[in-house]
Amino acid sequence: MAAVTKLTRSTGRAVARFVILLVLGVFFLLPLFAMAEFSTRGAGGTRSLASWSGIVDDPDLVESILVSVQLAVASSLVMLVLLVPTMTWIRLRLPKLRRLVEFLCLLPVAIPAIVLVVGMAPLYAWVNYFLGDSPLTLTFAYAVLVLPFAYRAIDAGLSAIDLKTLAEAARGLGASWGTVLLRIVVPNIRTALIGASLLSVALVLGEFTIASLLNFNTLQVQVNLLGKRDAGVSIAVSLLSLLFAFVLLFLLSFIGRRRRDTAVEEG
Amino acid sequence: MVAPVTTAVGDGPKGDSTGKAAPGRGPGRTWLAWLVVVPFLAYVGTFLLYPTVLVLAGSFQDSDGAFTLANLADLTRGVYLQAFLRSVELSAITALLGAVFGALLSWAVAVGKPEGLLRRVVVAGAGVLAQFGGVPLAFAFLATIGFQGFVTQFLRDSFGVDLFATGAWLFELPGLTLVYTFFQIPLMVIVFLPALDGLRPQWREAVDSLGGSSWTYWRHVGGPILLPAFLGSLLLLFANAFSAYATAAALVSQGSPIVPLQIRGFLTGEVLLGQENLGKALGLGMVVVVGVAMGLYALLQRRFARWQR
Repeated sequence: MAAVTKLTRSTGRAVARFVILLVLGVFFLLPLFAMAEFSTRGAGGTRSLASWSGIVDDPDLVESILVSVQLAVASSLVMLVLLVPTMTWIRLRLPKLRRLVEFLCLLPVAIPAIVLVVGMAPLYAWVNYFLGDSPLTLTFAYAVLVLPFAYRAIDAGLSAIDLKTLAEAARGLGASWGTVLLRIVVPNIRTALIGASLLSVALVLGEFTIASLLNFNTLQVQVNLLGKRDAGVSIAVSLLSLLFAFVLLFLLSFIGRRRRDTAVEEG
Repeated sequence: MVAPVTTAVGDGPKGDSTGKAAPGRGPGRTWLAWLVVVPFLAYVGTFLLYPTVLVLAGSFQDSDGAFTLANLADLTRGVYLQAFLRSVELSAITALLGAVFGALLSWAVAVGKPEGLLRRVVVAGAGVLAQFGGVPLAFAFLATIGFQGFVTQFLRDSFGVDLFATGAWLFELPGLTLVYTFFQIPLMVIVFLPALDGLRPQWREAVDSLGGSSWTYWRHVGGPILLPAFLGSLLLLFANAFSAYATAAALVSQGSPIVPLQIRGFLTGEVLLGQENLGKALGLGMVVVVGVAMGLYALLQRRFARWQR
């Protein structure tokens, strides 16, 4: 009798799981399939890759892709240069400041980008006055936007190593603080740094709010603009950028895994 | 007051030895130690705090910079009040839909293999849709149920059903609700999956061996433990939908049904004379709503953390 109850229960569970995965699977995959279908439409009901080849044929679009890639790299670098020394130093010498730095880094979560951009508009009038109106000046804003994601990743990395002992050992052997940072800390938390950088890259490539309202032509702004006259190309680029972000995050899931495994082995 | 004391105790021996190794250099070294943090503080001060303060202060100023409450008073009536109500409605509905379906999906993933392909794909896909979607999501739905969308054409050609018989609903509030749910469910998976992972199999086994059913388990054990996490996630989803801009901006090009689109109107120049700072007041309103939701979220999160140790 008990065995029968157990059997029905596990069957019920399998059925429920199957139904949930099926229904939500269709809900999430249908739009992606529709994007593939829409972007391969040709004249008179035929299939054509014109929308996809249109991506490289549009100089404005190619330009905006290059801008977004440069922004992604630059923002990741600025983020690393800002966070790694500061967070390391605070753990070693100024633990009093840890709460403050954490609060500041997580603050962008509570301030919507659409609100931040209202305050940034006058600030960017100055930035563009001094540095020219290159879209690469968006790096300043983007390094702020990625702070919450990057902070969590790097904080987890620093928590996983015995920073104090490592730093004291290196200092005892005569290493300068610069050497400690670049040759002790950075190699030891490299997976966390890669993770933080990948998240930043994905975030910057997908950013629209600030770029569009400060009138800079980044990938997403161009895609949105293009959608008004040639929906096919816009949909092709959209699908491409979603797939690209998916690959980045899928790789990230393996990196995060490996770090935890090493931590367990060491512990 | 408490924090420095604990730090001093924890770092006692090390702090002392450093002090002895460098006699007389104490104050100078402290000053130098602070210097390292200055670039970070200056950067965050310039590009995060300054713009924020500008918005908050601006909402209390008239166009000449004098103090006024008129901007905030304007928020409580007319189109602005309606925009806030619509934003709250949109956020609440999509948060609820996202939380319920997201929790179900989390459960379906959590009972599978922890290292399985399904879980990896769902988690990575959820990350993309929840955090990096934006404009592409709007185009995903245009390709699906837009005027020339795949599903629209299919229903029209095969069943003679016109999706847009009742008007261009995709570009209004109902459409936004559907598209927002598309990124709310994934966000729920991201924040709720760790909570489900925290449920210990032993608890389930204990209920089983005492003769309890699935219902008993969820009613008396799983449910009450997960409730704070569920409510917290609900608040996070609410704040997320309330702050979202990109998807709505790409989808709705005419009119400003919700607050973020109202703010767009102020930034792109549709401003009446003497109302320059009303956009900042709208920003302040958004910060207050999001701030309250995130604050409550942090409280609930702390409460749930007790069970995860």
